[in-house]
Amino acid sequence: MALRELKVCLLGDTGVGKSSIVWRFVEDSFDPNINPTIGASFMTKTVQYQNELHKFLIWDTAGQERFRALAPMYYRGSAAAIIVYDITKEESFQTLKNWVKELRQHGPPNIVVAIAGNKCDLSDAREVSEKDAKDYADSIHAIFVEASAKNAININEVFIAISQRIPVVDCGGGAAGKGFKLRRQPSETRRTCC
Amino acid sequence: MEEEHQDREQPEIVRCSEPQSHCSPDDTDSLKAAATITLDNTSPAEQGCGTEDPPPCKLDALQEISSTNGPSEPEPEPEPEPEPQPQPQPQGPGGEGPLEASSDQGKVGAGEENGPSEPEGPAVEDDQPENASDSASTDNTLEDSSEFVVTVLARGSLEDQGEGPSSELSEASSPAQAPAPSHRDEDVTAESWRRHRKHVFVLSEAGKPIYSRYGNEEALSSTMGVMMALVSFVQSGDNTIRSIYSGEHGTDEHTVVFMQQGPLVLVSVSCSRQSEQQLRSELLYVYNQIVSMLTQASINRIFERKKNYDLRRLLAGSEKILDGLLNLVDSDPSFLLSAVHCLPLASSLRDSLSQILQKAITPNLVFSILIAKNQLLTIVQEKTVIEDARLEPADLHLLLNLIGASSAFQAGEIWTPICLPLFNPDCYFYAYISYLDPPDCTVCLLLLSTDKEAFYAVADCKRKIDEGMRTQNALRAIAKAQSYSASQVGVSDLRHFMYKPFDVPDNHRQLTQFTSPEMEAPYSSEEERTRLLDLYRYMHSRIHSNSRPLKLIYHVAERETLLAWVTSKFELYTCFSPLVTKASAINAITKLLRWIKKEEDRLFIRNPPKYSTTPNPSKSSRGGKGGPDRQDTTDNGFLSLL
Repeated sequence: MALRELKVCLLGDTGVGKSSIVWRFVEDSFDPNINPTIGASFMTKTVQYQNELHKFLIWDTAGQERFRALAPMYYRGSAAAIIVYDITKEESFQTLKNWVKELRQHGPPNIVVAIAGNKCDLSDAREVSEKDAKDYADSIHAIFVEASAKNAININEVFIAISQRIPVVDCGGGAAGKGFKLRRQPSETRRTCC
Repeated sequence: MEEEHQDREQPEIVRCSEPQSHCSPDDTDSLKAAATITLDNTSPAEQGCGTEDPPPCKLDALQEISSTNGPSEPEPEPEPEPEPQPQPQPQGPGGEGPLEASSDQGKVGAGEENGPSEPEGPAVEDDQPENASDSASTDNTLEDSSEFVVTVLARGSLEDQGEGPSSELSEASSPAQAPAPSHRDEDVTAESWRRHRKHVFVLSEAGKPIYSRYGNEEALSSTMGVMMALVSFVQSGDNTIRSIYSGEHGTDEHTVVFMQQGPLVLVSVSCSRQSEQQLRSELLYVYNQIVSMLTQASINRIFERKKNYDLRRLLAGSEKILDGLLNLVDSDPSFLLSAVHCLPLASSLRDSLSQILQKAITPNLVFSILIAKNQLLTIVQEKTVIEDARLEPADLHLLLNLIGASSAFQAGEIWTPICLPLFNPDCYFYAYISYLDPPDCTVCLLLLSTDKEAFYAVADCKRKIDEGMRTQNALRAIAKAQSYSASQVGVSDLRHFMYKPFDVPDNHRQLTQFTSPEMEAPYSSEEERTRLLDLYRYMHSRIHSNSRPLKLIYHVAERETLLAWVTSKFELYTCFSPLVTKASAINAITKLLRWIKKEEDRLFIRNPPKYSTTPNPSKSSRGGKGGPDRQDTTDNGFLSLL
């Protein structure tokens, strides 16, 4: 089975749950007292997608401002970016918009963007309405989910959606193509990650 | 060799300075009465003090600002805008002992080298314009702050009620022992907040709070404002405030130490009875830990651009690292000795670990460090780098603290910029951090590169190291390694010791190390440990006293007898059971030294190996990675670093 490496980076404000999402996806566990990420944390997970193996090379970046300037190092060469906000913090949604802008300006041209509103288990404290977020995501052709790392809601789904949107290997454009036919890929077409 | 015998505990430390500054209780209507701010010239002219103990601050009395004692009263000239007005102690007269402050001409305290050599563009951006969120939230109004300075400076007088005039070192340690889980949420007006053994505050020159060890900085903004007022008040007289001593002798002495480092002001308020020098060096650690996250160049640049910048924005999420540092400083003698503690390991095992590291190299890799249980296993370094600069113990302490303070490293592989302030305060290294035994997370690998983009290459080194460890079954061997017990020395009355050799075999550029057994009974409780450490700190301050350094101290304390000895070859602190005689203690030390000599291959990293990632590998390098990627090494990283 062909193996593709997909570099994915997570961006977003500090404390929105980027690491928790990754932790849930990779280890299927959740730690409510997780420490803030320092720099960036690199993890991998391989999942089967149709008749391919997708190895996600995940860069979980720190949301703290002091690491802000490092972000390009991580999103450069990424096939996809998951930008996370916290549905209970309006401010984190504003930060998300800045990230989108930054990716548009400096990110790879065909990067698949996914927007994840984390902590949807806390809908009592919601500050960002699902519809607004969805509308915004649609306007930029991004994948959109509301997720909960804590309750394992829509975590795997984001990654699956990314797998779906990733263009067929060695194609130039058409990033948003959905449901394309997958061919068996010769192994030398592995994407390098940087 | 100077030897002295002392039967009592150390109260003389303070006593000596006391007579100079006794103010009568009714003088308490202003700072003038309560405090003696003495400006000393740092030149520690030998005190003609009757007692053997040096006074905590040397009163060279060049100038005195508003003092009750001392002859000269030169113009307390500029009454600068933020007049501190530190208020009479509300506790009423007499309650508060004399306050003395010493400071010195010029910026001696703050100077401490660290000249901001111009920046090497650190990667962290300092001033994000889009973040208009830089709040004016903490406007430090100086006006309403007077009550706080009283809180801080005089908090002793409240505390002493509980304590008798006992002068035991241990007393000082008891009150603030148990660290509450959530220091940030502490009520800063509460009595328990005041009782903490050692507070540390960091603020900007504009008086903006940056960090407080206990309590929320925001809530402390007026306290910090007052601190800044004190600093700038003294500064306006072309002077630098260094410290304030307060409290009645023997009951509740507090030492307030000020240190200015560039645009940051650090303040320690302590009743730990540590020497000013020791507290100052701890503050320097705090400063350096901040620099390790941001670099000195960028801190300076930020404040040049915007004086009232709220640095907490950049340190957000890093408070834990500073908290961890301060806890470590209090509990780990490495900081006191400025030396690294390595885990005792059979030299053959250590050598093979080093070889594993040595074989896994890549261009621009500069240090490979293996850590277990927060102690050093081995360190391997790039040859050219180490010829020109050395890794200072302090830098390593900061790294160890960083790793110990956050569980963030236990997931995945971390890639983060980090500055080693003593190596170069203005540049970043890029650190690869990963545990080698994932679920347990005891053995940690730290690879430092100068190349920001080198993650994948460095991660590759880790895989080689993983493999090497596996084939040699090294992890299991490491797991068995442990510290030793003082009883293994075979000297009956010896309870504990700390030995720091100066006679390094290889060359003087080697990492300074020390060795020390586990603290065992009667020092198994945390309280007792702190007490022993306090005794060591006391011995250390005597040995390293500025005004009257000693070479040998034999100190009979209440529950143990200590002997400290410094020679050109080593520094040694020993702790014996109380009934040991002087002769037998000396005898024991001879035996101890012999034992250490015999064991030194196991206790220390004797010959830290080196590798070369430069094109012409020398004998010591045996790069696992020959070939093309060795080529381009020199241009990139360390040239800019050196």
